[in-house]
Amino acid sequence: MRFLATLLIVLWAALPARAEIDIQEVKTPGGITAWLVEDHNIPFVALELRFRGGASLDDPAKRGATYLMTGLLEEGAGDLDSRAFAEAVESQAASFGFDVGDDALSVSARFLTENRAASLDLLRLALTETRFDADAIERVRAQVISGLRSAEKDPNDIASKAFDAMVYGDHPYGSPYRGTVDSVAALTREDLVAAKEGAMARDRIYVSAVGDITAEELAVLLDDLLAGLPETGAPLPGPAKLNFPGGVTVVPFDTPQSVALWGQPGIGFDDPDFFAAYVMNTVLGGGGFDSRLMTEVREKRGLTYGVGSFMVGKDQADLLMGQVASGNDRMAEAIQVIQDEWRRMATEGVTEAELTQAKTYLTGAYPLRFDGNARIAGILVGMEVDGMAIDYARTRNEQVDAVTLEDVQRVAARLLDPETMTFVVVGAPAGL
Amino acid sequence: MRLISLCVSLLLPTLAWAGSTPIRAADEQVSTFTLDNGMEVVVIEDHRAPVVVHMVWYRAGSADEWPGVSGVAHFLEHLLFKATDMLESGEFSKTVSANGGNDNAFTSYDYTGYFQRVAADRLELMMKMESDRMVNLRLDEGDIATERDVILEERNMRTDNDPDALFREQMRAAQYLNHRYGTPVVGWRHEMEELSLEDAQSFYDLFYSPNNAILIVAGDTTPEDVQALAETYYGVIPANPALGPRERPSEPPQRAERRLIYEDARVAQPYVSRSYLAPERDSGDQRKAAALELLSEILGGSQTAVLPQKLQYDSQTAVYTGAWYSGTSLDDSTFNFVIVPAEGVTLEEGEAALDRVIAEFMETGVDADQLARIKAQARAARIYAKDNVQSLARMYGAALTSGLTVDDVLAWPDIVDSITADEIMAAAAEVFDDKSSVTGWVMAEATDKEVTQ
Repeated sequence: MRFLATLLIVLWAALPARAEIDIQEVKTPGGITAWLVEDHNIPFVALELRFRGGASLDDPAKRGATYLMTGLLEEGAGDLDSRAFAEAVESQAASFGFDVGDDALSVSARFLTENRAASLDLLRLALTETRFDADAIERVRAQVISGLRSAEKDPNDIASKAFDAMVYGDHPYGSPYRGTVDSVAALTREDLVAAKEGAMARDRIYVSAVGDITAEELAVLLDDLLAGLPETGAPLPGPAKLNFPGGVTVVPFDTPQSVALWGQPGIGFDDPDFFAAYVMNTVLGGGGFDSRLMTEVREKRGLTYGVGSFMVGKDQADLLMGQVASGNDRMAEAIQVIQDEWRRMATEGVTEAELTQAKTYLTGAYPLRFDGNARIAGILVGMEVDGMAIDYARTRNEQVDAVTLEDVQRVAARLLDPETMTFVVVGAPAGL
Repeated sequence: MRLISLCVSLLLPTLAWAGSTPIRAADEQVSTFTLDNGMEVVVIEDHRAPVVVHMVWYRAGSADEWPGVSGVAHFLEHLLFKATDMLESGEFSKTVSANGGNDNAFTSYDYTGYFQRVAADRLELMMKMESDRMVNLRLDEGDIATERDVILEERNMRTDNDPDALFREQMRAAQYLNHRYGTPVVGWRHEMEELSLEDAQSFYDLFYSPNNAILIVAGDTTPEDVQALAETYYGVIPANPALGPRERPSEPPQRAERRLIYEDARVAQPYVSRSYLAPERDSGDQRKAAALELLSEILGGSQTAVLPQKLQYDSQTAVYTGAWYSGTSLDDSTFNFVIVPAEGVTLEEGEAALDRVIAEFMETGVDADQLARIKAQARAARIYAKDNVQSLARMYGAALTSGLTVDDVLAWPDIVDSITADEIMAAAAEVFDDKSSVTGWVMAEATDKEVTQ
């Protein structure tokens, strides 16, 4: 104990105050805005693109269309069929990742400086001249359906599906964005082309680049890369209407360990109490091994390997969620302890020591995220999508430091609500 | 004691550094040296951000456990976050996070590792705490009971709740007739339930010592700074003379093909898995392993590989096929295949298709263009790898706890680049031997059986 106290006094003063990265805003003649960090140490570039909307833009009758379409972006483009395209990418030693979720379609690319032009030609083809060949559609469709069948027997997937359906109802968030076996089986080539037109448009694009490239080079590259995309895409869904009935819903499934998801209304990034809530959640269940939930559920009682709570900031909904996995005979106790901690935080808030510990952790850990081109590119594009200012990385720690004990107690009392806290448990839990 | 040694190293640096001087590898960001007590040190420099990753790896994994206490290596890994002479239970991680860092640990067959990711100026604090728990752990019965529940829940989560993981356990148990690689890292449940304080203490007392450890520091630091700190904190811990050579039961000749059927109602997608016993990388002798690594890329490493092209593109026999091999292992490794048949294709037909494609490949040999593409990607991977020193650090840690040296790691890319098609085919011919293979069918009960029989 003496050891810890000494260390803290000596070392806290020296914590790095902020992330020292130099982000440039690049505006291209073609009207694209990108954030760039130039770093010429390693001869490659990490490039991130995000298209807002993602799978939530699906026509409700064509659920899964955007997901299947995304899987086909690397399956042939221009004159190159699937195999020829893959071989060409391999020959350039580039890598392109395509993914989609509820709120965005993402493209993650990295390419060597020596192969930049040829690599970008291939990426441009994939983005703007996707072939959607019949054999490729059938091959990827079979993989998607195989994945959906597996999800039907995965306790975590079952829990997410039940939770989303209950909380989000008819909103796109309420159904799995990968679709269902039936909806995916019915998708046509025209559906995929329409999904691409709706999702990958210039009016919703966010770009970041980190590595061995100048602002001038990037501007030329981006205009060339993205000129072929349509100007406008499909309208975004409105805000989700959230339904939290409270209590515990059990989805029976024969497996030794139950998994639980829970949630309640959250708080948005634009809320003045956002950072207070963020600090509060770090103490409650968001931090590392020493959060209250980890201490009470794991360290003291051995009820789980992992438990945590997290703030979910989706484009159309804000939630405070958590998850835990516990043996069927112990899940009831784990939930009881979690509910007790929720109530304790709502009524008592945090201690001065906990507040200090959480702030020191958050402000100290933040600059450590910014190492590596790929990591930084991912962080930057996320900041753009979330509407943060370009100097956010420099000011963010000040906002964390400004949170007071009163702020945390206020937001804990306002936000945490054991009544709306809604659990979904998948397994064969005893006593629930 | 610690304070005194600190003073000595500050006043008499040349004396304290007597062990060996750091050797910087040519054209690399890697340096290495050894402390007097036998602790190896690797420094990987990356000055782009003021961050370091500090890792200590022990040459002790689950395959070093004695019979009857499976899971004790991993159990002990959890217990290292409990009390020491200097720290209360939980205080290690609390101190790391109070300093804005993150920490964790991992256990595998051949190693146990502990790491912290912190601001570069916190390196000394990490060494102070990590060197403390190398020898000063104070286990108590309360910690044992609770943490045993935690690892049982970890096994629940990773294995018992996952039919694929349960099946992999059976595959490995069938693959290794004598070696501890056939026992799961997390442990068999019935033995985990009986793990005691004495079991953990015995493992700790034997294996946790500087002459069985490797220090790896990656990030914004220099070999000179690391050496000064390492001498101060780790250099003062005496070597453990009780530690003998690392010899584990080895595999006898394998004389019979093994076949498994695993049924589990939670299986949604039936598949066939195949593994062959395969040689691993040995120090100064890595060519065969390099050939096998290329072979796995050629057969199943990407969508242009042989298996996907034949079974997913040219025909729609499978929805997924794969091949993989990892040569970083102290003892015999495995070469693996999987095929997930398409709808309407039975497991029997899927397995036959897999065997047919492998047999055809043995006839036609390596496609030169494909091999050239794979080597180009391997060369590029060396450039991309520099972007993530934490991954580099893990690569060195895994290699050095698997009987390899820093020189072996540095030589590896050139070896891979120099492997010929003939060497690849020779390695394939040697490894694809039915007698040392295990083939497993994974299916849900009843309905699939009707289809497959």
